Amino acid sequence: MKIYDGRNIFVGLIIFLGLATFPIWFNHGKAAPPPEPKFDTPVIQKMALKQCVLPKEEMRTGHMQLLNDWRTEVVRNGKRMYVAADGKTYEMSLQNECIRCHSNKSQFCDQCHTYAGLKLDSTPYCWTCHIAPKENN
Amino acid sequence: METSRRNLLKIGGICALGLGTLPVLDAVAKVDAPKFMGNSQALTAKRWAMAIDMKKCWEKGKPGCQDCILACHTVHNVPDIGTQKEEIKWLWAEKYENVFPGQESGMEPEAIREKPFMLLCNHCTNAPCTRVCPTKATFKRADGITMMDFHRCIGCRYCMAGCPYGARSFNFRDPRNYIKTELNTTFPTRERGVVEKCNFCEERLAVGKIPACVEACKCKALIFGDLEDSTSEIRKVLAEHFSIRRRPELGTQPGVYYII
Repeated sequence: MKIYDGRNIFVGLIIFLGLATFPIWFNHGKAAPPPEPKFDTPVIQKMALKQCVLPKEEMRTGHMQLLNDWRTEVVRNGKRMYVAADGKTYEMSLQNECIRCHSNKSQFCDQCHTYAGLKLDSTPYCWTCHIAPKENN
Repeated sequence: METSRRNLLKIGGICALGLGTLPVLDAVAKVDAPKFMGNSQALTAKRWAMAIDMKKCWEKGKPGCQDCILACHTVHNVPDIGTQKEEIKWLWAEKYENVFPGQESGMEPEAIREKPFMLLCNHCTNAPCTRVCPTKATFKRADGITMMDFHRCIGCRYCMAGCPYGARSFNFRDPRNYIKTELNTTFPTRERGVVEKCNFCEERLAVGKIPACVEACKCKALIFGDLEDSTSEIRKVLAEHFSIRRRPELGTQPGVYYII
């Protein structure tokens, strides 16, 4: 069997395959490190019982729903206090309450959001209005 | 498998009963503590309103006094863009002819014609801005405050067209770089593409404080209170003095009264 212009076709195919698979072999072995959100802020270190408003697992998967509910209650229903399961009362405020403990935005929020491909200025766009905590780094 | 009609009906009945008990069980078993609560220190009212005693402002205040404006802008991180088109207005001053168009006779005392009037969102009872907002980003609260939910605002500017008082401003650009006052880190800024206006300091009312402008005014020209409470200070002031509201012919029922 004879392939007309076989040489050109095969050279072209090899170049095409090389280009098409470029992202795979270029990034090989350079996997982004898994996120490690840090909890070592001064406020958290002083806490005897390191407990957020919900258990850690629920916060990890559901903090966005919680924040959304908080927003609705505060802005639309005028209720500003949240009673946690352990009876502790929190002010429902990202900028004033969450950040009081998690004052390390770049080491906490951004760790996962960047890993998951959520750009800082697209989603979640919390910090375009809410003022991010000052960090010394 | 064969079954009699009688058995089939029995099983069907039991199944229906089983399904019916679920909502009943849910209702009985629910012991829900109130997870969301209001702040116990919060100031509450049936109808928040403001009276502005311009006489006091002009007579007792020093000329060019900006205390109320400065307090408002500092508390709410209001930017100063510098151009009239992009000006962000929460609390600002204007001349009589622009404040009460259609009510000017041309024969007013010189003082009234030339002196500045303090303007802010009127928190109308029939607020046109809330009716035209397609996303309900702006809405009326039960206590009379016309509130903005910046999260929901899509920047269509219908509310600006709807407001007859020019009390709403659009952020044509990121306001963060134009905040000339000291940044208040407990209150958010806005972002490009949302509309903003005076919120009667609802965030301060929620923690038991009166609005920043009222607090800042040294000559007590701003009186804030509950219009439905017959013993409140604002009711007393309004009963003692004749007052006018902006553009009453529109039927918006403003909540800001001017004593001239």
